[in-house]
Amino acid sequence: MAQQGRLTTDVTLPGAAFSKLMPMYVMLSAEGVIIGYGPTIGRLLSGRGLGTYLFDIFEVRRPAGVTSVAMLREHEAEKLHLVLRNTARPITFRGIAVALADNAGFLLNLSFGINVVDAASHYALTEADFAPTDLAVEMMYLVESNAAAMTALGNLAARMEDDKVTAEAQALTDTLTGLGNRRALTLVLEAIFRSKAPFAIMHIDLDFFKAVNDSLGHAAGDHVLQAVAQTLQRETRREDTVARVGGDEFIVILPGVTDVMRLKSTASRIIAELSEPHEYDGEACRISASIGIAISTTYQTPTADRMQADADEALYASKRAGRGQALVFHPDGDDRRRA
Amino acid sequence: MHGLINRSLQCFLHDTYGQGSWEAVVREAGLPLNTFEAMLTYEDALTEQVVTAAVAVLGRPRETLLEDLGHYLVSRESQSTLRRLLRFSGVNFVDFVTSLEDLPERARLVLPNLEVPDLDLRDHGKGQFSLLCTAPLLGSGHVIVGLLRAMADDYGALVLLEHRGERNGSEEISIQIADQTFNVPRPFNLGMAVA
Repeated sequence: MAQQGRLTTDVTLPGAAFSKLMPMYVMLSAEGVIIGYGPTIGRLLSGRGLGTYLFDIFEVRRPAGVTSVAMLREHEAEKLHLVLRNTARPITFRGIAVALADNAGFLLNLSFGINVVDAASHYALTEADFAPTDLAVEMMYLVESNAAAMTALGNLAARMEDDKVTAEAQALTDTLTGLGNRRALTLVLEAIFRSKAPFAIMHIDLDFFKAVNDSLGHAAGDHVLQAVAQTLQRETRREDTVARVGGDEFIVILPGVTDVMRLKSTASRIIAELSEPHEYDGEACRISASIGIAISTTYQTPTADRMQADADEALYASKRAGRGQALVFHPDGDDRRRA
Repeated sequence: MHGLINRSLQCFLHDTYGQGSWEAVVREAGLPLNTFEAMLTYEDALTEQVVTAAVAVLGRPRETLLEDLGHYLVSRESQSTLRRLLRFSGVNFVDFVTSLEDLPERARLVLPNLEVPDLDLRDHGKGQFSLLCTAPLLGSGHVIVGLLRAMADDYGALVLLEHRGERNGSEEISIQIADQTFNVPRPFNLGMAVA
């Protein structure tokens, strides 16, 4: 059972005391006419409203139907939801009305609802507009400090996302195979052109890889790619660079190797080994490889773009010639290209 | 230590003495980073390393540097967040001072693991107060003095502040409020920036 308050005699207060205790009170006559209000209500009403019927200024939203003094009496001491009429943005209030002694009228006390922050902005309220016991100011403090903290967290998250994107862009490793990626390849090519050392590019494209992916699934495909990476590393020297530059495309840079026969024999070994069936989950995955080769010493002034394009062209000549083979690109004197 | 504290220290040194000085402090302190994130947590020792390094690099006394930091936190124009949040603590400077003990709790409402100095206020009457400040960072009391000085300006109060040294692990600050309506206070509305 709810506890009763413990004051048994009626007391009267000077008008100024109401303002101190309840800066948002509204005093009503028995007819519902506003005969006084606290300073904060005065600020909201710009000093107007005295002598006006309460329900012309405030609308009681809940409980429904409180549109007269009689209804107000029926809902005495209940929680009321009110809005101020004729304002650009609806400011909501909570309220409670109690009858004065001898049916002299009502005392209606109001507070801002959950949109107290909006109200404070709209009416430029200060702490002096609230009773010292009111926690509204603390609520506004919380809203503002929480917003500041959330902004700081949001900024942190954005910076971390940027860092992640940068780190990924700067990464040199293909995460599936552990080989270098295209960025790593670019760095190696830049270094080799700076050193002016002779070298060969081997462009390798897997044959029938799509069939493995389609028939046995991506896990099988990934397994094959990892096996290919191991083969390529086994069949090349420590000083060679192996990079995965596309789904099933690889490039090998072989510094100091310019002999066509030697390159062809390395390529043949790679093709032979890749053509062996790879077992995955009890299934044999069969692939092969086509290879195109470009050699820096066959150019008057080799460039990375040109050599990569030519190795690519030799690769597609291998494909057209029936796959599973390697061709070396030969630049002509008149710069016509043929594999 | 909460990153907000280290970050504040960084912004203060950077904004007051320039990027070059901040970089010199980073090198002198041997920091494993060159910028602090406000919302991360760092090793406690880093804060002391930065303060020690700043004193060495800038050739300014530790007390002065820390007091300037406190003043900067409230008064810098670029970021009035802390100044606004502090103004929520009181309608005037006396109200603000008498609410100082609530400051750590207020801070923890938002950042539960922020290490705010423990503040213990004694009211000696006639506008005379003493404040005991207890915090891990040596000289935290000077930061509070700077902060109080800036807040007194904000409230338009004429105040005498003195750091009385350290006793039993706490730093004592004396606050004498001569006239709390000495100047016109800077405006403060409760609502966030009115559109």
